[in-house]
Amino acid sequence: MNSKKGMFAKEYLWRTIVTLCGLSVIVLTLVIGGFLVYKGSGTFFKFHHTIGEFLFSPDWAPIDNMEGGGSVGTLIFIVGSLSTCGLALLIATPFALGSAIFMTEIAPSFGEKFYRPVIQIFAGIPSVVYGWAGLTVLVPAIRNVFHRQVGHSILAAGLVLAIMIFPTITSVSADAIRSVPKDYRMGAYGMGSTRWQTIYKIVLPASASGIFSAIILGLARAFGEALAVAMVIGQTTALPTSIFSTTKSLTTEITAQMGNAMEGGETKTALWTLALLLFLISLLFIFLIHYFSRKKPETSGKHTKKAVKGGM
Amino acid sequence: MNRIKRAKTADRFMTIIFYCIAVFFFMFLAAFAGYVIIKGFAGADVSMFKFSRRGSIGNQLFNTIYLVFLSLLITVPIGTFAGIYLAKYAKGGIITKFIRICIETLSSLPSIVVGLFGYLIFLVIMGMNKSLMAGALSVSILTLPLITTTTEDAVKGLPKGYFEASMGLGSTRWQAIFHVLLPACLPRIMTGIILAAGRGFGEAAVLLYTTGSGTNIRWSNWDIASSTCPLNPFRSAETLSLQIWDLQVNGQDQALANLASAVLLILVLAFSIGANVLSNRINKKNSGEKA
Repeated sequence: MNSKKGMFAKEYLWRTIVTLCGLSVIVLTLVIGGFLVYKGSGTFFKFHHTIGEFLFSPDWAPIDNMEGGGSVGTLIFIVGSLSTCGLALLIATPFALGSAIFMTEIAPSFGEKFYRPVIQIFAGIPSVVYGWAGLTVLVPAIRNVFHRQVGHSILAAGLVLAIMIFPTITSVSADAIRSVPKDYRMGAYGMGSTRWQTIYKIVLPASASGIFSAIILGLARAFGEALAVAMVIGQTTALPTSIFSTTKSLTTEITAQMGNAMEGGETKTALWTLALLLFLISLLFIFLIHYFSRKKPETSGKHTKKAVKGGM
Repeated sequence: MNRIKRAKTADRFMTIIFYCIAVFFFMFLAAFAGYVIIKGFAGADVSMFKFSRRGSIGNQLFNTIYLVFLSLLITVPIGTFAGIYLAKYAKGGIITKFIRICIETLSSLPSIVVGLFGYLIFLVIMGMNKSLMAGALSVSILTLPLITTTTEDAVKGLPKGYFEASMGLGSTRWQAIFHVLLPACLPRIMTGIILAAGRGFGEAAVLLYTTGSGTNIRWSNWDIASSTCPLNPFRSAETLSLQIWDLQVNGQDQALANLASAVLLILVLAFSIGANVLSNRINKKNSGEKA
């Protein structure tokens, strides 16, 4: 009887511990979100800048003291982030989709046994290594090939990011393509279509939502990358005029300035607002992924036909 | 007839293109890894492998491993327990849904944001110095979601009979989890932990403002409270990834940064290949059991 009592006491004890650990995840997230909002909103409430100025003004000259009075327009960083990430997606997506199709549709056994693990392993390579390789190989190459004075550029950052997110997009969209039911393919082959027709008329439209999720996941990774971009983007506070321009992005500005800014001053508060903006953007990406994948369960029903028709 | 011919040509053409893309990227990734590793070791000399204060990677390598070890000490219990909670205790209400949203949010946070948060909490508010511990705690925030989700998937992936049989014998939930479920899915959780370690090794943005960039340790000093003792978790420390970043900023010693990149790459590759081999073995074993 006594041991039974101990047994239940243990059960309740462990249930409490385990539940607390589960809840700690919530607490941690709320604390992070709360602090970012608290610290980041200072730009608007303590230093009285408008959100319009913060998002759309290209004047970035916050003053590093408690009084403030500088300008905190972050348009340069937003444009820098968007252009580098957009370029990375433009470069990486076609190749990633091609590789995903290759390893699921064209050479499934080789893809599953060999290609997929290799791609996954490369998804884990540290970004500083990519950045360092970009700095020592890519930057001089761009300088020589395009006869520029400096090789640091949006192009270099876009290429480094493209290589970084290529494995992510490949493996997630391969999962999406693989989850298309076999009947679809059999049906298409039965109607006499070639493999390529099956792929782009049936398989790709049916897995479109998963592929979008993959692309957004890649975009999220590119957006949050700091050091690899900082190494090759050149770090000049100016709006870019071409893909060979040097500029800054949201993450690289935080990386560069956080260490020398004064605690509580206008510069540091503005940097916190940048961090808050990054946080909100990553929430937006999560929302988008959910939005795209919510349609997924319906794909097995009527919706697929529509989706497939829409694809043709 | 013409149409069919055209379709067939298009099919052949696209197949060739897909082969080209796949082969190109395969070669590219292999060449990338090979290049980084070979260049790193080709330009290195013996003094770079030493544990000296300047111009070597020994201390940084030790710091990297020690930091990941410290961070795993924190995340492994919390992460596995949270995973167990989600798999076996959570009732599927609003709270559970919210936990899932939180995990997703945590796992998609940009690492520089986590670094700032760690800097604010551990350095500014709690008053710690730039230290291994502050860095390890910050890295834990990044790896926690990974360990939680792999544990949940591992526990949920077990056949229902395991849990039911144990409960049927009169065990409590916890006894079933601790004595039956956990041992059965331990390898799978290990895979998650190895992946988390691999992620920790390469992390740099998080550590930029939390661990500092000076390593001042003496290998003869084993007084753990002293700031030069290698094992003191509250000393400032530079990891391999930070060393690469610092060398890039100062731009003095290319060969050293090349070597650090190569060693870091090997470390991460070894861990992810290890995780892959382990999970392959689990899958083979499981499919063997079913047959």
